Amino acid sequence: MAEKFEQIEKSFDQKLTVAQMYLMRPRKWLMYTLIVLILVVLVGWSGSSIHFEGLTVTGREVAKGVVSGVTHPDMKLMFGTGDTDVPYLLLQTMAIAVLGTLIGAILAIPFAFLASTNIMPKPIAYLFRVIILLIRTIPSLVWALMWIRVTGPGASCGVITQSVCSIGMISKMYITAIEDLDTRILESLDAMGCNAFQKIRYGVIPQLTASFISTTIYRFDINLKDATTLGIVGAGGIGASLVQCLNSRRWAMVGSFVWGLMILVLIIEFISTRVRKKLARGQ
Amino acid sequence: MDNENTTPVKLTLFDKIFPPELITIPNGHSVLRRRSRAPLILLLLLVAIYLSLKMTGFDMKLIITRFDKLLDLFVKLFHPKWEFFNKVTGPLMDTIKMSILGTVIGCLLALPIAVLASTNICKSPVIVSVLRFILALIRTLPTLVIALVCALVFGLGTFAGTLAISIFTFGIVAKMLYESIETIDMGPFEAMEALGANKFQAFWSACVPQILPVYLSHSLYCFEMNVRASAILGYVGAGGLGITINERIGWRDYNGLGMVLLSLFVVVVAIEFFSEYLRKKLS
Repeated sequence: MAEKFEQIEKSFDQKLTVAQMYLMRPRKWLMYTLIVLILVVLVGWSGSSIHFEGLTVTGREVAKGVVSGVTHPDMKLMFGTGDTDVPYLLLQTMAIAVLGTLIGAILAIPFAFLASTNIMPKPIAYLFRVIILLIRTIPSLVWALMWIRVTGPGASCGVITQSVCSIGMISKMYITAIEDLDTRILESLDAMGCNAFQKIRYGVIPQLTASFISTTIYRFDINLKDATTLGIVGAGGIGASLVQCLNSRRWAMVGSFVWGLMILVLIIEFISTRVRKKLARGQ
Repeated sequence: MDNENTTPVKLTLFDKIFPPELITIPNGHSVLRRRSRAPLILLLLLVAIYLSLKMTGFDMKLIITRFDKLLDLFVKLFHPKWEFFNKVTGPLMDTIKMSILGTVIGCLLALPIAVLASTNICKSPVIVSVLRFILALIRTLPTLVIALVCALVFGLGTFAGTLAISIFTFGIVAKMLYESIETIDMGPFEAMEALGANKFQAFWSACVPQILPVYLSHSLYCFEMNVRASAILGYVGAGGLGITINERIGWRDYNGLGMVLLSLFVVVVAIEFFSEYLRKKLS
């Protein structure tokens, strides 16, 4: 950065004309052609094994069915109050996401502190980072399939799966917050004669809560979408019913599930973005 | 006495029910301190937790008593069956190819849409809000559901997975991109226009160089996510590693599953490191 700055200053000293400066403009075409070339090679390589075989025999019918289902959803299912109707399933999905996120956020706190290089010695911090990475790489579906052996199918499997899966991302973002801690505040509290507890209460917690809460709300957003996916393997929520209807081609029901899902996710996303904006501004 | 110095506080409904406390500072100024919202939020959270617990039937005791089942599984996972590696490479390559092609297609589609959906470039509020709404709708659909529909329409195989990933990438990259486009400096654009360039020329030489690095970095980030996401798409028949994972779990061959997850882990970590390095260079 400093070198660049000196270069610019030097060119100013030489009193170049606009035309001369233009000749000295940074030329990046080589980099861009290289990027494009690499991309073309990669696409060519990957395109070789992906074949388009046209629609399946029933493909046209399925496509038509999905469109008709989305345009004509089953209204009785959409506003019913029974156990298999959309509102109840959406509430259950939300309940899974709420519990999963909360447990995950609490579990992530010790992981995050243990993996922060400014608190823990480096070897321990890196060990915990690898563990967090491991948790993150195992797909949530695989976690769900493993937890099913413990809890059996149902909503509680979804809850425990989400709590474990959330640890990965949440603690990664907690770590950034912890490593950005302003230690000067702790020093000044030290100078005022505060004890360790007071230092944590007035020096650490106020710096972390806003970003921790913001991360948790963000993860709740993701978990809500994820909870629908988990239903596919039998972990409760709306996903199970959605996939069943898709496979048995009851398009009107598919339509009402999809609409319910879209509306719920949109509302939650809207609220969470507003709350997170407020938190970022420190209100 | 001099209330002009009181900072204007906007009273919300909450402040009307619990009026803020008036504190008079020794120098005569008075300050309104709003009542803390924490108890109310905590109360709401507790109600939410209680309702969620009731709806999901989550039972911590069950998990603790049957936790040894998961440990058994983990022991097997950590003793991967090495000879299974030969069977993993094919699907693994499929997964990578699917995510490369899907990311490239999705990102290419996202660029023009994102430009049209940013308020500082597209002056028509109708186009902007319509495009944003469509993007939001696309983002609400879980990838697995898109993949399932694609698999039903286009037949089982990698093509369905590629399509699902493209749609998912399109939604996310377009959103991230229009948010970054809105933060670019429009000064050069106006300067170019004042110098007599037409809109396209001004956009090409003033905005594109600002957008391009951000675009590439978002695309790389999305590619990272896609490798992880595409690993499970096979579960609904969309090709790739998911088929192998599903098969191993179905046969309860957890040693084999361990091998699959290990190779996935290595690939994901390698790609993450590489893309993080590139993204650091870009910014």
